[in-house]
Order: sequence, then structure tokens, then C-alpha cells
Amino acid sequence: MSQTVVDDAADGAGLGLVRPVDPKGDLGADPGTEPGTESGVAPGMDPARRSGPRRGVRFLLLRPGLLVSGLVVVLVVLASFWPGLFTSQDPLRGVPSQNFRGPSCAHWFGTDELGRDVFSRVVHGAQLSLKATLIAVGVAFLIGGLLGLVAGFVGGWVEDVVMRFVDVLLSIPALFLSLALVTALGYGTVKVAVAVGIASVAGFARVMRAEVLRVRQAVFVEASRSCGARWYSVLGRHVLPNAMGPVIVLATLEFGTAVLAVSSLSFLGYGAPPPAPEWGTLISDGRNYLGNAWWLTTLPGLVIAATVLATNRIARALDGEWSRQR
Amino acid sequence: MRGYVIKRLAQALGVLWAAYTVSFLVLDYLPGDPVSAMAGAGADSGQVDPAQIAELRHQYGFDKPVLVQYAEHLGKAVRGDFGDSVSTGRPVTSTLTEALPQTLQLTGAALLLAVVLGGGLAVSATYTTRRWLRQLLLSLPPLGVSVPTFWVGLVLVELFSFRARWFPAFGNDGLRGLVLPAVTLAIPTGALVAQVLAKSLLTALDQAYVETARAKGADRVRIHLRHALRNAALPALTIVGLLAGQLIAGSVVVETVFSRDGLGRVTAAAVTAQDIPLVQGVVVFGALIFVVANLLVDLVYPLLDPRIVVASARKARAV
Repeated sequence: MSQTVVDDAADGAGLGLVRPVDPKGDLGADPGTEPGTESGVAPGMDPARRSGPRRGVRFLLLRPGLLVSGLVVVLVVLASFWPGLFTSQDPLRGVPSQNFRGPSCAHWFGTDELGRDVFSRVVHGAQLSLKATLIAVGVAFLIGGLLGLVAGFVGGWVEDVVMRFVDVLLSIPALFLSLALVTALGYGTVKVAVAVGIASVAGFARVMRAEVLRVRQAVFVEASRSCGARWYSVLGRHVLPNAMGPVIVLATLEFGTAVLAVSSLSFLGYGAPPPAPEWGTLISDGRNYLGNAWWLTTLPGLVIAATVLATNRIARALDGEWSRQR
Repeated sequence: MRGYVIKRLAQALGVLWAAYTVSFLVLDYLPGDPVSAMAGAGADSGQVDPAQIAELRHQYGFDKPVLVQYAEHLGKAVRGDFGDSVSTGRPVTSTLTEALPQTLQLTGAALLLAVVLGGGLAVSATYTTRRWLRQLLLSLPPLGVSVPTFWVGLVLVELFSFRARWFPAFGNDGLRGLVLPAVTLAIPTGALVAQVLAKSLLTALDQAYVETARAKGADRVRIHLRHALRNAALPALTIVGLLAGQLIAGSVVVETVFSRDGLGRVTAAAVTAQDIPLVQGVVVFGALIFVVANLLVDLVYPLLDPRIVVASARKARAV
């Protein structure tokens, strides 16, 4: 890497901005210090070392923010699979006589210009937004992970070509790349999701490559090679499992970024067509009534912010906090 | 040093060329048939005359082999010609350069705010000895990168235009109209600055020279600003390219929220109209901004920290 300084910063961008300067150094789960192998360090000297579920409970209780974050994510997932658990109102059918009601017991988030219940629209919108987010993260994870894996494992000119390509992807601002893809592919939730996913391929490729390079030099890989293991079994049994940790952390971080990116694009009007209650679309609809119905924009936005904040918090916990605190 | 500059310049040009190629692949090659997309977008009726399509195809050169198209487009792009916008018929380059000043105003103001607020936050969070205050200050940047920009903009409009009536809700008029958009755009950027600077400040404060300064009896403000901040600011410089990209991209959303004219609005309109030449111009322009910002950092950095050139020369020799 010749552009060291700048490259590191760009890596940080891919990592969802939590620790932008030196992601490789900080990104959690180093196989050498995995729980169980590390025993001599001072905090671990506690003789009755807590293990398994008890440690998990303690860890969570010491971090109420993390607990709340987990709760938020669980609620969002529940809402996207079983919206009926949270609301019995139809997100698409409005009662015109009940339009522009402020938040109340009957309508938690108030009603919109057609008298539709905003809370039920947000709950039902979770499905669309979560689907888009999962697709985006999945695309980035698969394509980026594969590119990074090939680059790191094969090496040589293949690595050079792949990583140069990744550098180029990094040089185009993610939103512009997504917009170009949306222009080419067309509108719709899935297309927007794919566009967002491809725009964040680069970060995954870099982290994956860095990890594969690191693991490839480990003694156990060398040992397995010298025992005559085939390349695919070295890859599948030793390199991949040990390189996955940081990539998974990145995926959780990317989750929040993707929620923001997808909702931005659907706010700009490239997501699902109007009656669908996608989160970004909800806010852009409410924009026309900013003066007289604040709840149409403010409350759905709070839901988005809470979701992103929660996933970022969880990513931070996965990213080292868990293995460091013992 | 001269070799270093030439190498960086060559790299920058290479990245630009590749970015152009990526945009060409995505925009001209991927849609399969850009002409019917363009004709469909331009025409009001759904049906387009086949003869008209053939003519358009010829006009834009889509009847030639892809590689020939690519070479022709690239040749023009090198001379700054990205073709004409499909929706307005005006040259892409002049459309972009006309929209640029408004956006530069916005992003410049946002950058200033971001550096002042984000930097101030990082410095005060690492300076304070009160634990709760530090925790509070350090919890703000993660919040700043988690809130959707368009939502922040709308909430600010709601509070300060519709309730308080302090600032106009939209438009490009004057300094008052600039306040809300700049603040909106500065929030995610400032959060990023604060995160990077706080981290590198904490690292710097752990260094031996800080200990030495303390042992010599220097007061805390002096240590913090003269010793730690000066060293911590250097690594933070590396995110300038990132910030530039983020600001330009953020202007798309912010300008849409505040109905400001500028590059971002042009971009949003171009995507809506599936105006392929214009979108391509925007993408390459975004890459240009990123590359130029990084190039500037690369060129300024060795002046501030001579070790960089030495290290890269040594690395080159080792390889």
C-alpha cells in the first residue's frame, strides 16, 4: 500500500466511523486473544473467572446502554416480521375525518394527511427498511468478503488488481456511487438496497484481505500446510473462521450505515413507490406538512436514529469491548 | 521529494481514470439500453418511435462497439467534455461549474463549523477531569453519526423556521439562509472530526514527551494545546479527503431538504430524470474532489511531518 496515510483513513470510513484511524489494530477478536487462550493478563487473573451466561449477564448489566440497544434491535426485528404484535391498525387505510391528529393514546405517533396511523406505518415500514438493509449488508458482505478473500489468499497480481479496483471504489463518494447505480438500475426498494450494498463493498474487501493476510501467516496455518492439507481445507478450516471476526463486526457497523443510506435514498424518492411506508419515504411525505404536523417527520426520524444508534452501540461492544473486559 | 510528488500525481490521475471507467461501466454499459431509458425519461408519452430511438442511438454513438464508445467518451472527458445533459440539453460541465459556487459556500461553511465544533468537542472532552462531563462529551459524536441528515435538517426547519422564525426554511438568500443547512451538514462531519481527533489526542497524551513536559512543570493548558494537540492534529489531517467526499455527498440531501440550488440539487434532479451524462459528470466530479483533497494532504503532510517521505523512500527501497 503506497498511499498509507490516506488509505488508513479511507479504511476508517468503511468501518462506519467508530474508530476511523486504525481499524486493523482495534477490530476485536484476534484469534490469539480469544476468550480461553489468554490467561496471564492482569484483569483475567480473577480466580473465579466468570464464564458463559453469567459473564454475559454481568457484562450487559454493567452497560445499560447496550441492554437498551439490544432491546431496540429486537423490537425492530419483531416489528418487521410480526407487525401485528405492535399495532392492529392498517398502515394504508386512512380515516379522512381523523387526519392531522397529534400523538395520543389512540394514535401514538398521530395521524397523517389521509388520517392513516403513523405508528402503524412506521411499524409496517420496518419490514421494507429491514429487508433493504439486510440486502445491502448481504451484498456488501458477500461481494466484498469474496474479493478480499481472493486478494488475500491468492496474492500476486490478482491481489494487486483486486485491491486497485477497491481503491477506486473508495475514491467515489459512497452516495454518488449508489446514485449512479440507482440511475442505471432504476427505482425500488431492492434496487436501492443493492446500490447501497455495492457502494460499501470496498470496506469489506479491505478488512477481509487484511485479516486473511494476518491469519495466513499464523503458525497453525503453516502447520496445517506442512501436514499436506489441500488449499481449500486450509482456507475453509483455518483461514476463514479466524478471519471472520472483524468482518462480522464490520457487518454490524455497516448495518447502521445501510439503514441511513437506504433511508436517505428513499427520502430522495428512489425507494418504494408512495403508498409503501418505507422509513425514508414517510419522512419525505411528512415534509410537506412541517408547519402544522411536526409528528409526521420527527417521530419516524427518531425511530431511524434509535435503530442506527442501537446497532452502532452493539457493533462497538462486539468490537473489542467484550474481549477486553474480563 | 520530487519523486514523491510525481508519484502522488500519477496515482491521483490513475485513480481518476479508473473512477471514470467505473462510472462508464455502471452508467453506459449496465442499463443495457440507455437510449430507450433516456428517450422514455425525456418523452412524456410511454411510447417511443423506433426510428427516433435509432436516431438517438446514432447521435450518442451507442451503435458503435463498447470499446470504441469508451475510447471516444474518455477522450472527450479528458478535455472536460462530458456531453450534454439529456433533460436540459446544456453541456454537463457548465451545468456543474455553474452549480458549484453555491455548494462550495455551503460545504465551506459546514466544514468550518465541523472543524470548530468537532475539534472543540474533542479538545474539551480530553481536557476535562470530570468523568461525567467527559463521558457526556464523548457520547455526542456517535450520536452525530447515527441521526439521518435529512431528518436533522427537517427538525431544524421545524424548530427555527416554523416555530421561532429566526431563519428562512429554504432558498439561497444570504447568510441567514446558510445557517440551517450548514449546521445540518456540519453535524455528521463534525462528529467524524471529533471522533478522530479525540482518539489521536488520547494517544498523544499517553506519549513520553507529555510526561516529560508535565515533569518539567508545564501547565495543563500548555501541554494540551502546545504539545498534544499539535501532534494529534497531524493524523487527523488524513481524513480531509474523506470529509470532502462526505460534504459533497451530504450536499445532495441537505440541498434537497432546504431547496437550495447547487451541485447536490443538480445531482438529485439528474438521478430522477435518469440523465446519464449528467450523473456521470457528477460521479467523476465527486472522485475528483476526493482525489484532489487527498493529493493536497499528501503534498502538505511531508512539510508538516518530514518522517513521511523518509519512511516511504525507505519502504520503496526495501521493496
